[in-house]
Amino acid sequence: MKIELVYFGRPREHLKISNETADVPEGLATLAELLAWLRSRGDVWAQELSDSRVRCAINQEFSGLTARISEHDEIAIFSPISGG
Amino acid sequence: MSISIQEKDFDVAAELAALRGSSSKIGALVSFVGLVRDFSKDVQIENIFLEHYPGMTEKALGKIIEEATARWNLLGTRVIHRIGPLLPNDQIVLVATAAQHRGEAFAACEFIIDYLKTAAPFWKREQTGHGAQWLETRDSDVQRMQHWHPTGESK
Repeated sequence: MKIELVYFGRPREHLKISNETADVPEGLATLAELLAWLRSRGDVWAQELSDSRVRCAINQEFSGLTARISEHDEIAIFSPISGG
Repeated sequence: MSISIQEKDFDVAAELAALRGSSSKIGALVSFVGLVRDFSKDVQIENIFLEHYPGMTEKALGKIIEEATARWNLLGTRVIHRIGPLLPNDQIVLVATAAQHRGEAFAACEFIIDYLKTAAPFWKREQTGHGAQWLETRDSDVQRMQHWHPTGESK
């Protein structure tokens, strides 16, 4: 299943990536499972993407970790926001 | 409703004049300007860098302004948020509201900046003499946002 991943804030800088098309395993259903799959890349991925350190959006809407993901979704992974 | 995300600075007087236009119905014009401080947790800030999520930012700000417009009788709103590199004392954000009476203009302006802090996808990176750090949502900002939802409803 292909999804679009975009990164902002601290993860973008530390992972040295701003976007990618990821081919994730079929059956991967939620944001929490996606983060676990990304952490399995190891090293800095495992450190940066703990559930407590990142926030997510699906198709440009803030989404909790239990939210479900679908093929072709645009999923953003970022540190807690700090504008204004 | 007018929203701009831009690197360049803005002129508050010119923005307020444009918001006011030639309307003689507007009795109150309120503006909030957010600035870059030169300290954070007692550490001197050399510069900051602001990034955002193009597309989602405009949608999120649009929703915030729509909610403000539903709550108060507004005659106009203007939001400008800067991105990119900024220095201490630079202007970061402008929120301006126009209404017939000051109560509505004050409340809506405060509501919009409180919500922007917790519901618009911007990220701030501070560069200090001791290294760089990404700022995170402050509890005090979340509390300010939540006081607009006394029933406990939150984002």
